[in-house]
Amino acid sequence: MNAPILKLFVLVLVLFAALAGMTSYNSVINADEYRENALNQRPLLKQALVKRGAIRARDGSLLARSVRGDDGIYSRRYSPLARRFSHVLGYDYALTIGRAGLEKSRNDELAGAGTELSSIVDDLSGKRQVGDNIVTNLDSRAQQVALDALGGRRGSVVALEPATGKVRVMASTPGFDPNALRDPQTFTRLNREDNSPLFHRATQAGYAPGSTMKVVTAAAALDSGQFTPESTVSGESPIVVSGVPLNNFSNAQFGSITLTTALTNSVNTVWARVAEQLGDGEMAKYMERFGFGSDPPMDYPDEQMLPSGVYDAEQELLDVDSGDVDIGRVAIGQERLRVTPLQMASVVATIANGGMRMEPRIASRIVDEDGRTVERVEPEEAERVMSEESAAQLTQMMSNVVREGTGTAAALQGIEVAGKTGTAELNIPQNLNQPWFVGFAPRSNPKVAIAVTLENIVGAQGGIVAAPIAKRVMESLLR
Amino acid sequence: MTARNRELFALIPASLLLTAGFAAVFIQRDDLLSDLSLTYGAIFLALCLAAHLVLRMTLPDADPYLFPLVAVLACFGLVMLYRLDEDFARDQAQWFVVGLIVFTVTIVALRRDHRILERYRYVIALGGIVLLLLPRLGSPVNGAYLSFSAGPISFQPAEIAKIAIVIFLASYLRDTRQVLVVGARRFAGITFPPLKHLGPLLAVWGTAMALLFVIQDLGSSVMFFGGFLALVYVATNRISFVVIGLGLFALGARVLYAVRPTIEARVDAWLNPFDPDLYEREVGGSYQIAQSIFSQADGGFFGQGFGAALVQLGDNPPLLPAAHTDLIYAVITDELGLLGAVAVLLVYLLIVQRGFKTAMLATDSFSKLLATGLTVVLALQVFVIVGGVTKLIPLTGVTLPFISYGGSSIVANFILLALLLLVSDRARREAMAT
Repeated sequence: MNAPILKLFVLVLVLFAALAGMTSYNSVINADEYRENALNQRPLLKQALVKRGAIRARDGSLLARSVRGDDGIYSRRYSPLARRFSHVLGYDYALTIGRAGLEKSRNDELAGAGTELSSIVDDLSGKRQVGDNIVTNLDSRAQQVALDALGGRRGSVVALEPATGKVRVMASTPGFDPNALRDPQTFTRLNREDNSPLFHRATQAGYAPGSTMKVVTAAAALDSGQFTPESTVSGESPIVVSGVPLNNFSNAQFGSITLTTALTNSVNTVWARVAEQLGDGEMAKYMERFGFGSDPPMDYPDEQMLPSGVYDAEQELLDVDSGDVDIGRVAIGQERLRVTPLQMASVVATIANGGMRMEPRIASRIVDEDGRTVERVEPEEAERVMSEESAAQLTQMMSNVVREGTGTAAALQGIEVAGKTGTAELNIPQNLNQPWFVGFAPRSNPKVAIAVTLENIVGAQGGIVAAPIAKRVMESLLR
Repeated sequence: MTARNRELFALIPASLLLTAGFAAVFIQRDDLLSDLSLTYGAIFLALCLAAHLVLRMTLPDADPYLFPLVAVLACFGLVMLYRLDEDFARDQAQWFVVGLIVFTVTIVALRRDHRILERYRYVIALGGIVLLLLPRLGSPVNGAYLSFSAGPISFQPAEIAKIAIVIFLASYLRDTRQVLVVGARRFAGITFPPLKHLGPLLAVWGTAMALLFVIQDLGSSVMFFGGFLALVYVATNRISFVVIGLGLFALGARVLYAVRPTIEARVDAWLNPFDPDLYEREVGGSYQIAQSIFSQADGGFFGQGFGAALVQLGDNPPLLPAAHTDLIYAVITDELGLLGAVAVLLVYLLIVQRGFKTAMLATDSFSKLLATGLTVVLALQVFVIVGGVTKLIPLTGVTLPFISYGGSSIVANFILLALLLLVSDRARREAMAT
């Protein structure tokens, strides 16, 4: 009977080899896929067992912290100040509704996802793993000024420091209370609300930029070498652009005027002619350099940022030089152009920074639990958009806008401001407009670049509605 | 070196494992060393030594490796249970005392000649079947009738019944194996056993089927029926009998699958563990198997370390249900990685090897069949639960021998070990004499 016993042992060997094989598959071979399975809450729970770092405003005031529950799971608590920064800060309710905003983009630092080695060392030394704290660039006082100035209307204010890309103000109204989202039902309800309080207008909303786009056109005109601020172009109205007549505002007639005058008075026909002369290739080149066509390089989740550009009916980005785009109207912010307030703030910040576009940064420093700075978030150059000389010429033209043109309402006492207004006509029968102001100050040594816009305001002009908001926020930041 | 001295030396790794395991749990918990738990460890080692002395006096020639291998598993199980819940470890330690007493009693009672069991084979068989039917008096757990409660004690009779059935089969097949072979008829290319001896074999098949229908426990039926087929194969050396048996079992399982919704649910959960509907289902869903796999995925090659697996957080429902019984292998993989899990499988494999070795050394048919049967049911039990936990086969609730929490499992497996050692002692002595 020994031969069958031996065969039986071989069978057991095969069965056990299959067990070892399945164990290898589960624990090593296919483990990554299982760890990423949507039903698998273990990675999130493990993070929830680690004390998550706090988030602070620029002045050190607390925005978010974590408290430990009886079951050892930490949960997020937001300070009253956090309500001002609801969108940019986001939320961390990873086990229920997920994460958003800075809480998501800086999760690795906040969760303390250190290296494997350091966690082993921590284990041996008996040190509990904790997340790092983040100090942001956000200015809570100026943010409140922006919110007050928006006054409950749907809109957004973005203010950047031109030389570094630091995000000082990033307001989107209406906002929400991040603490309220601890209840997933509140999240569902807010998600369905008509005025979309969870929607981050500063980074996600694609608005018609109106005449603020002329700044981009002017940059292309000057830097390409084909125009100077003194080049003269006819400002007659209407003219035919891409087979359709184009008017100036109030159908105002201008003769041969310089580009400086054309920007100061926001003459549509001049900038349409300029763009047509430059051609869609040249315009596409400069738009791309300014960052159009891709997500802004900010420390913020990609899915919460919209690339600015020309969108087709299927909501797909179109190539500006594809031949299907009316470049004369793109030049003055019409056509199917959609931009985010962050994109426009980045445009003016680039001009203020002598033509060098900087990557926007929300976080300033990563600080460990003992208060030591682990990492300083250094400014990063994104791309040189234009020469310093072109930027200086454009700055000169934009300061005329605020001194004597459409943007006088943004002027500050004793500080020279450069800027550009915009008024996108969204619904002409109902007279619904999207007013804009973009600009920076002080002109000679810019400390702040700003974009302000509001949604669907009856009869509003950028110079009348948006420019005063920009003025108040810039005042707060420069004071 | 004598067999018993080798056994004594082989117990050293077990004691080191116990010490290292407790130390690891302490470090992980960041606690001060608790005198109480160290005492448990010391008592446990003393018990192992006591059992060793019993063997030294009663079965001097028995296989020297079987007991230390079991002690390694038991120590390891105790550390795992201690890591999950100190109360589990304390209960388990108490059950070890009971198990070792039953172990000693079994050896002392049968040491003159274990073949005395043959005389009582029908009583033993009947007792096994009655045991299996007892849980039917109670209420089902997760759709299966697995345990029987008498006052504060709840036990799983299938654990004891598996031994009873192996004893019966070993004895019955010793009697009939010759006639089964000689009287066999070939029909349509397949060799069939003679009809008049088919009766009891069909009765075994019927019992396995009845088990499926009555207690609805797929795991135990696979164990019983697998042991049965293995014994028939060893007794007759006819693979065709095994094929017929497998066909009959498949037929029964297929019918049951169609009739019993719980079995169908098990199979569904096995095939689609990550189906959100099945995952969310309160009863009979795939939550347990999905969590088992997620837990193993956390382990990786080296594991997260003792005490690091996510099993339960505070008073929330457990993340890993039945971590101390059915899913303990998932916790082992999680904390000790593929390396630790395969090491555990290797220890079982070594026990199986010693068991088969004992069967091959034995000179009489009954002892051969008994050792083979006991070894096969042990191996199949490991296969059924580890296969279930790793999603190789549908998950059914049986214990991981000597490691899982559970009194009846410990006691039954110590009886199994005692019988193997009894067979081994006689076989090795006879082998040495010749």
